[in-house]
Amino acid sequence: MSNVFMGMPTLPVFGDGNLHIEETFPTAAHRELGNTQMRANLRHATHTIRDKRLKVVAELPDWEELRDAGSATKNLVMANLPALLEEFEKNFTARGGIIHWARDAHEANSIVAGLIKEQNTTEVVKVKSMATQEIGLNEYLEEQGISAFETDLAELIVQLGHDKPSHILVPAIHKNRTEVRDIFLAEMPNVDPNLTDEPRLLAMAAREHLRRKFLSAKVAISGANFALADSGTLAVVESEGNGRMCLTLPETLITVMGIEKLLPGKEDLEVFMQLLPRSSTGERMNPYTSLWTGVTEGDGPQNVHLVLMDNGRTAALADKYGRTALNCIRCSACMNVCPVYERTGGHAYGSTYPGPIGAILTPLLTGITSEENSTLPYASSLCGACYDACPVKINIPEILVHLRGEDVDSKRGEKKLPSQMDLMMKGGSWAFSSGKHLGLLEKGLPLGKLAAGRDKKIKALPGIAAGWTQSRDIPAPPSQSFRDWWKKDHTPVAATNKQEK
Amino acid sequence: MSAKEEILSRITSALRDAPAPGPVPREYRMSSDMPEVELIELLVDRLEDYKAHVDVVDVPQLPATIAERLKDATSYVVPHGIDTTWLPADDARRRIDAPGAVLSVTELDGTDAVLTSSAVSIAESGTIVLDGSGDQGRRAISLVPDHHVCVVPVSSIVRLLPEAMARMDITCPLTWISGPSATSDIELERVEGVHGPRQLDVIIVKGL
Ligand code: SF4
Repeated sequence: MSNVFMGMPTLPVFGDGNLHIEETFPTAAHRELGNTQMRANLRHATHTIRDKRLKVVAELPDWEELRDAGSATKNLVMANLPALLEEFEKNFTARGGIIHWARDAHEANSIVAGLIKEQNTTEVVKVKSMATQEIGLNEYLEEQGISAFETDLAELIVQLGHDKPSHILVPAIHKNRTEVRDIFLAEMPNVDPNLTDEPRLLAMAAREHLRRKFLSAKVAISGANFALADSGTLAVVESEGNGRMCLTLPETLITVMGIEKLLPGKEDLEVFMQLLPRSSTGERMNPYTSLWTGVTEGDGPQNVHLVLMDNGRTAALADKYGRTALNCIRCSACMNVCPVYERTGGHAYGSTYPGPIGAILTPLLTGITSEENSTLPYASSLCGACYDACPVKINIPEILVHLRGEDVDSKRGEKKLPSQMDLMMKGGSWAFSSGKHLGLLEKGLPLGKLAAGRDKKIKALPGIAAGWTQSRDIPAPPSQSFRDWWKKDHTPVAATNKQEK
Repeated sequence: MSAKEEILSRITSALRDAPAPGPVPREYRMSSDMPEVELIELLVDRLEDYKAHVDVVDVPQLPATIAERLKDATSYVVPHGIDTTWLPADDARRRIDAPGAVLSVTELDGTDAVLTSSAVSIAESGTIVLDGSGDQGRRAISLVPDHHVCVVPVSSIVRLLPEAMARMDITCPLTWISGPSATSDIELERVEGVHGPRQLDVIIVKGL
């Protein structure tokens, strides 16, 4: 290898693709909050899934032990990533698979397009994959004259509705059954005009619609949930059988996967296959899981490729507080329990990755200084529900706080600060540094009373503190401070104890 | 620098300040001594929860049960390695898929049902694993027909996933099946029947 002589590359190298949000989180959230139908749909869906998850998790007496194993395994993987990637490549290749490496979204897209063109086809079927959404593969292929058909029901709803995904597991979670029926009636060729909104019938309509595509496709594109280094095995976890169709019937299979998806071996898969289905759909096991190791003669695709992609993952890995965000297995439990997500929906996060994980992963992949992405770490009340739900114990609140700090530091660097915030913090640190300082300030309390006026409420604070009073009033301060009142009304503790004796 | 070299060296420098990782604690359940009757009961409960149809039979009843499950199929496919003593005697309806004599996708699509055996089953999650052996066939045959009749020998049932994992050859093309095809994509409520077989009949065989 030549990098000894060429020196280390300059780090970090950030990712691109559908990760850069176009407006700030507060702006987008404000708009999305106006959509009451969506909010009702989300509430219904997230509450359904929360209950199911809790029930199946409670069935396992060793759930916490599984989480501990999962979390430690992922830390181990990140620490040994170069060796595991090499090992995976060796094993996958030995069994007839072909590996491609992609530094970023553009490189991954052009590798995939090139492989499709080699097969002389202009149509491909796709299994739901976050990685290909992240890099905007469908849009890229369309520019190249290649049509990519999403085959997952929810992705199909989004694609037919000319919409955007709003959840990583159930991309059409913001639509209810009636809205889905309306999309099918309007956009699905040859659909039965009497289609009702019964989910079973909607699923059957999707089956009819995609059947011929599956049976005739020459090329399929997938993501992967896990990759086992010691055998070169890939795994796709799904429900509908569209994954099995794509992974089995076409001659050519192209998988796109982030470099962080590796596991050392099958004794790790047994941990994650207990954690993932219960955390994501709240099922004991998802209906179908497919595992393949390179090419198997006479069974399934004979031309098997894997694109291993960085696209900002090494930048996230270089962040010593943020790197555990790469441990994410995309189960979506954190968004299903998040009070912010439940109200704003996934579109407000503007990136492929919404919800609590999106609020940390997106800015880690693109850099906190990237456009509006710096507003994402503030999309949280830091209540900690996501941390409790996360099967691999990613401390999302801690990373949110770290990224807020990064954001403030980077703006200070750009001379946008010292801001009012800095001055307030300085003032605060002076006031709380000694009882005397505080006492001096407390003498000003009656002034606050004056400011509040007759209704005893302060309705507008100046400067950046105005944000606080935008949606709430502050009660007028009392004329006496707590410390003064305590001094006057209370005998010192030591004296009280003596009296009781 | 190739993309591979560049990514690997990015990783190496990203990890410069990373602490050494701790060992992986494996305190979760890895074995179980659940008696056979309870294993069967648990597996049946889980499969029925997924809306699969389950029969529990002894070896002598197996052919009749298979015949009963396949009675409405106008055609069915079996893998070349299936035990022929299980099969209905007739049978013009039967198609055999074998290496060198494989059915085309169109032929499979025109076949009503498929009968296979299975490699290992996990009672706790209601999961049946197919590994592509001769009595299970290549993956396409248990996928394209709309009705899957699957034989589960009792000796292949374990309680826990780690126990099953120890029995799997991970490099075979594996399909883990937990109920018929389903989706939770509309309002996060599970409905059965999308692209995979919409009907799953499981026959658990005692003494096999
Ligand atoms: S951060 Fe944790 S809870 Fe959220 S999607 Fe990832 S693994 Fe699941």
